[in-house]
Amino acid sequence: MKTIEGILKGIRPEFDFTTSQDFIGDGMLDSFDVVTLVSDLDRTFGVSIEGIDILPENFRSIAAIRKLLEKYGVKL
Amino acid sequence: MNLQFRNRKISGLLTIVPANERSFVDEMANFNFPVARSMKLKEVMGFDRHRIVEGPVCSSDLAVHGFEHLFRTRRLGREDFDALILVTQSPDYFMPPTSSIVQGRLGLKNDLFCMDINQGCAGFIIGLIQGFLLLDQPSVKKVVVVNVDVLSRKVSTKDRNSYPLIGDAASIAVLERSDDPTPIHVNVKMDGTRAEALIIPAGGFRTPPTPETAVLEEDAEGNLRGKDHLRMDGSAVFNFVQVEVPPMINSLLETAGTTADQVDAFLFHQPNRFMLQKLADKMKVPQAKMPNNIVEHFGNSSGVTIPLAITFNLRDKLLAASIRACLAGFGVGLTWSSMLLRLGPLEFCEMIEFGKGPTRAEVS
Repeated sequence: MKTIEGILKGIRPEFDFTTSQDFIGDGMLDSFDVVTLVSDLDRTFGVSIEGIDILPENFRSIAAIRKLLEKYGVKL
Repeated sequence: MNLQFRNRKISGLLTIVPANERSFVDEMANFNFPVARSMKLKEVMGFDRHRIVEGPVCSSDLAVHGFEHLFRTRRLGREDFDALILVTQSPDYFMPPTSSIVQGRLGLKNDLFCMDINQGCAGFIIGLIQGFLLLDQPSVKKVVVVNVDVLSRKVSTKDRNSYPLIGDAASIAVLERSDDPTPIHVNVKMDGTRAEALIIPAGGFRTPPTPETAVLEEDAEGNLRGKDHLRMDGSAVFNFVQVEVPPMINSLLETAGTTADQVDAFLFHQPNRFMLQKLADKMKVPQAKMPNNIVEHFGNSSGVTIPLAITFNLRDKLLAASIRACLAGFGVGLTWSSMLLRLGPLEFCEMIEFGKGPTRAEVS
């Protein structure tokens, strides 16, 4: 199964997502990248992340994304 | 705010789309983004084709084209209606109202109540509310509600946030009284404190247009647009829709004493496919009941996406029978509104194209 990091690399291969704690603030993900990320996470992990959870703070770091997925019952 | 109407119906619906079709793939080079990222976005958001006007085509041009079609095909007579409500954010002029322009160009009677409403994505429902209210007057037999926008003329071609999804279109809905006393339930809310989430900053009296307001500026995401162009805070609008719309629909259904599974179709404004899918998931509505194919075929034409969803997806069904429909519009203002009504059978439910031959009239 793809990892969160692998999905992020698929969207923005030019960045190393292990070195940042603020993907949005560091300019690594824009708002449309977040939409793409949500779509990929939904498909990969078999969930539907609710629209009200599609907020920048939930996608700032791998830890934040992991916490969000855990909320939907994904075991990582 | 909850509203309720009885003995009112939409009796006919026409939509008008420009014949000029552009594709996202052809336009990708305009955007300041790698092709791979744009293609990914195309898949998620449903960007594919959109219909936009060519040259100096104005809102009244699309509306007049639609009316002439209805008159020519005898679906509507020139003397049949007593009010013309025109909902647009892209008027021909600041003054006079575009409804007056349409009245004049068509040579309609003077005994006609004309009114413009400045509304966008919620504008179909706002127009229906005004139309249903006017039908309280005995002298008003039919009301025509026109929704029209040519906002592609106000979107930067180098703005990947907005240009791929923008569409131009018009609709003409005929409203009249009905024998059916089944309540039509409506819910409307507005929040002007968030008005800047969707705005054309310059061009009005607050910030008149100047050479400076036309200069393209690059935003943090690499989009290029001027202050004369439409600006959408996509994240704020997305969040607004996901937070406000599901409880609004729940409230509407509760007021009507019904449930989502008793509704045949959820005909919502269509900003993009992703947003609609998320709304359907949240509301636990099967996606088959909530069409989300308008942006990929025509683009987002603000208030016209709901009537387009009807004429494009439900034409044959609505000519023969009626359905219980839940409409919802949300956007500029910010405004969010919904309506639960019985829709159909319609006397006409049709889509036509605009753009074959000159139709623009000069007003002096």
